[in-house]
Amino acid sequence: MLRDITLGQYYRTESVIHALDPRVKIVGTFSFIISLFLVKNFIGYVIAGLFLVICIKLSNVPPKFIFRGMKAIFFLLMITMVFNLFLTPGEPLVSFWKLQITKEGLKLAIMMGIRLVFLITGSSLMTLTTTPNNLTDGLEDLLKPLKKLRVPVHEISMMMSIALRFIPILMEETDKIMKAQMARGADFESGSIMNRAKSLVPLLVPLFISAFRRANDLAMAMEARCYRGGEGRTKMKPLVYKRIDIVGLAVIFGYVVCCIVFGRILFR
Amino acid sequence: MKKMILTDKLVFEYIRRDEEGNVEGITRAIDDVNLSVEPGQFIAILGHNGSGKSTLAKHFNALLYPTEGEVYVDGMLTEDDEHLWDVRQEAGMIFQNPDNQIIGQIVEEDVGFGPENMGVPTEEIWERVDESLKAVRMDKFRKSSPNHLSGGQKQRVSIAGVIAMHPKCIIMDEPTAMLDPNGRKEVIRAARGLNQVEGITVILITHYMEEVVDADKVFVMDKGKVVMEGTPREIFAQVDKLKALKLGVPQVTLLAHELRKSGVPLPNPILTRKELVEALKACR
Repeated sequence: MLRDITLGQYYRTESVIHALDPRVKIVGTFSFIISLFLVKNFIGYVIAGLFLVICIKLSNVPPKFIFRGMKAIFFLLMITMVFNLFLTPGEPLVSFWKLQITKEGLKLAIMMGIRLVFLITGSSLMTLTTTPNNLTDGLEDLLKPLKKLRVPVHEISMMMSIALRFIPILMEETDKIMKAQMARGADFESGSIMNRAKSLVPLLVPLFISAFRRANDLAMAMEARCYRGGEGRTKMKPLVYKRIDIVGLAVIFGYVVCCIVFGRILFR
Repeated sequence: MKKMILTDKLVFEYIRRDEEGNVEGITRAIDDVNLSVEPGQFIAILGHNGSGKSTLAKHFNALLYPTEGEVYVDGMLTEDDEHLWDVRQEAGMIFQNPDNQIIGQIVEEDVGFGPENMGVPTEEIWERVDESLKAVRMDKFRKSSPNHLSGGQKQRVSIAGVIAMHPKCIIMDEPTAMLDPNGRKEVIRAARGLNQVEGITVILITHYMEEVVDADKVFVMDKGKVVMEGTPREIFAQVDKLKALKLGVPQVTLLAHELRKSGVPLPNPILTRKELVEALKACR
């Protein structure tokens, strides 16, 4: 049951988007998200939608995979849309009982819906086309300027990649402890929410103890292999901008400019 | 010629504390150990649980420092801060639990971790990763996730990770304790290959007697002291003494020992099945 959960749901295939430098993809995703909040009219959303569709097409990831992530936020999406639909004051379109739908509300609800869907699709496209390792490498590099402010950038990214490596191991361990407790009569599946939460305690305590023990072992193994922080470390797979990355950055820049010009300035 | 590893009157004490942090007592984990290892040797350290053998191993890699006495690795004092990273590079270490010593999410990235820390240039890291994975015959799995490998394969990846640092000596702290018989064989074969082909000094800490038979020298530890020292032949000739230390001997040796006790004239000791067959043939 626990093994079904996949994190950093990378989809392995070959495509232009996969080949892009992770830094370009991170910057691109963030620009895309910001652009969604900058545009003020439907033309802007059409541009954003086109950009997204082209990216999905280029990524060779089956759309089915991309929209699978949508199920998780369906509920949130509905709530947002319903609230916007009924609670925006303005020119009434339809009204029944105490509720009324206004023209402004309808417009806002649709905009919000599109915004959320695009936002989730855009960011899952990034995680689907970038390995978790590449992603942490990219983040480390992009956050490098923060080192001047004494933010331990290298350490944070090392922690992230170790956490990613240990997720499946700890999942397996949880499964094992759960089965061991169930064999001795523990019940994780029935009773009220309170009872179920309480029954998790005998699961979490051994899990934490074992996680600390693992952390201790791992720290020793890292020290034994000369690990001494980010200082003086070389990279086996250094990030280098290639031609395709420059093109990618140019495309992203062009897209953002288009969004601002058509979605904000030309058509108000 | 410089000794690979030399300990001089080594003592290590753990201080036990109660919940308030008051000193409850002192445990001597290692008590006056003097041993020396020549370059290129295959050394085995035996001992039952709590005999201090893992604690001793951690001194060879500067993970622990002696309470008294000194440890030298390739002529460098381990307590010397100046040489800390040289010591750790020259004396690589393999631990017991294969899951808790693999850092990378892909096999080749894990092997590259040591050289990355040492500041080796990128192209050379790739060369080192290639040759180390080949040395333990794991090059087929270079793109795999460590989570999909068997225990023996994971330990071989760990060994490759150490070889990539170009050490002169590899210390293996019960590398086979958590493996099945097949995995054990794989790991021991890899260790022996390194010793014979690459000439790397191997120090194998174990409690499986069968793994010790081919060693150049064996140290037996008990209660923090080295109680026996010699070639496997010399050690296994003393079956009763080993038994008193709660250590077994290889099955064949034990069988020969029992046969000898009941009057069959066999030479002492017998370490391999082949030897036993030859000796029995000679008896007829």
